Amino acid sequence: MKYAYFPGCSLKGTGRAYEESLLPVMKHLGVELQELDDWNCCGATAYMAVDEGKACAAAARNLAIAEKSGLQQILAPCSACYLVLNKTQHYLHEYPAMRQTVSRALATVGLRCDGSSAVRHPLDVLINDIGLEAVKQKITRPLKGLKVAPYYGCQIVRPYATFDDQSNPTTMDRLLETLGATVIKWPLKTKCCGGSLTGTLPEAGLRLSYILLKEAIKRGADVIATVCPLCQFNLDAYHPKIAAKWEPVPIPTVYFSQLMGLAFGLPADQVVLNRGMVPMKPLAAAMA
Amino acid sequence: MEIKRTIKYEADRVPGFGRDVMSVPGCEALEHCIQCGTCSGVCPLSIYMDYTPRQVMELVRSDFKNEVLQSHTIWLCASCYACTTECPRQIRITDIMYELKQRAIKEEVYPKRFPIPVLAEEFTKMVHDYGRISETWLVTKMYLRTNPMAALGMAGLGMNLMKTGRFSLKQDKIEHREELAKIMEAVDHENGKAKA
Ligand code: SF4
Ligand code: SF4
Repeated sequence: MKYAYFPGCSLKGTGRAYEESLLPVMKHLGVELQELDDWNCCGATAYMAVDEGKACAAAARNLAIAEKSGLQQILAPCSACYLVLNKTQHYLHEYPAMRQTVSRALATVGLRCDGSSAVRHPLDVLINDIGLEAVKQKITRPLKGLKVAPYYGCQIVRPYATFDDQSNPTTMDRLLETLGATVIKWPLKTKCCGGSLTGTLPEAGLRLSYILLKEAIKRGADVIATVCPLCQFNLDAYHPKIAAKWEPVPIPTVYFSQLMGLAFGLPADQVVLNRGMVPMKPLAAAMA
Repeated sequence: MEIKRTIKYEADRVPGFGRDVMSVPGCEALEHCIQCGTCSGVCPLSIYMDYTPRQVMELVRSDFKNEVLQSHTIWLCASCYACTTECPRQIRITDIMYELKQRAIKEEVYPKRFPIPVLAEEFTKMVHDYGRISETWLVTKMYLRTNPMAALGMAGLGMNLMKTGRFSLKQDKIEHREELAKIMEAVDHENGKAKA
């Protein structure tokens, strides 16, 4: 199995633990990932707010590069990238005027995008292409006793994803159960973490992160598992500010891929728990 | 205390604004809004908004252009798509919010030192210039334009990022920046906005 890999800016920056843990896990499962040549930023939520035409064209440059590479499947682990690339595909299919603008713009540099590639999320690939049976066979250290709150955030299942339910997704639940973990039931799976508002408008943004952390603790979780670099950042890096404003809510947030690496018995430098700011006590116990 | 009129007058309307927004691909369904308020109910940010999403929908449809383009609401929308998923009339509320943000930026009527639109602008500039985002510089630029003093409050966060090896001062760039610039220029040209 081979996929084009679109890392996005965050996975090369503050979200590097996601890439550092996901790549070894995929390799371990026999999946080959080829990083897109000279990919550019997907535009995230910010570009769409300024100029939709340019936002689509910038995102489409990546789709065009993928098509040129001959790989029809693009793996996009970051929720914002996943949404924007999918949204661009939808716009190109649904809106002829947008398709024309983007095609003409790409043609000026000899690129073309016919919208034929599929943008996929790692959870989708793990469940539907690789299969939980194959995942199970790689487990050497089941996460017995570890209570995990699965947190999907907003942008992977809404509004375009078809691989999971929009208000009660379960793909990560099933993956975590396969790893041997106990999955906590909680109603905030897809509630917004505050997105970039944690930085731009802390009064509103931090409160949303605080609610998530508090609820996860209340439900008895040891750790929160996430699929998004921005969610991970918000739920991890702002602890001191949240503690100062409300109360300490000391629960670590890790990427699902880190938990997979842990269960697969991969070396510590491929699980990278040292990248988190909140102490990882319960996970350290699972590692021992 | 500033006393302001809270009832809107017919004269405050900008006739044609609603039609114009609803003519944008993706925004058409607004016409069918039944004002049920589901969007406001599920919106995690509505408690901070000057107009709730439901109110924004009606204000747009009724041509109250200045009210919506100058509102904080459109910038508070975090694009979580909860409203779009739940709307019983399949109205793409999130995309309408995006359309309104673009108009506010184009007409330069957004709140000037409000960090959210400033971040969006700096983000866009950085993609334009380098093709990629370097988080440290992006955040620095935003603070310089909005509230330089607040940057001091971020020192602790920077230290923690450094400790966990997640801090970087490198400006990441793509190799073919001229290619991206050409694509962007072509979009401007297509939209008839090319500078003479
Ligand atoms: S949920 Fe939909 S129909 Fe109901 S008020 Fe909001 S936009 Fe209108
Ligand atoms: S997309 Fe925006 S308006 Fe809709 S629920 Fe989310 S934050 Fe509120």
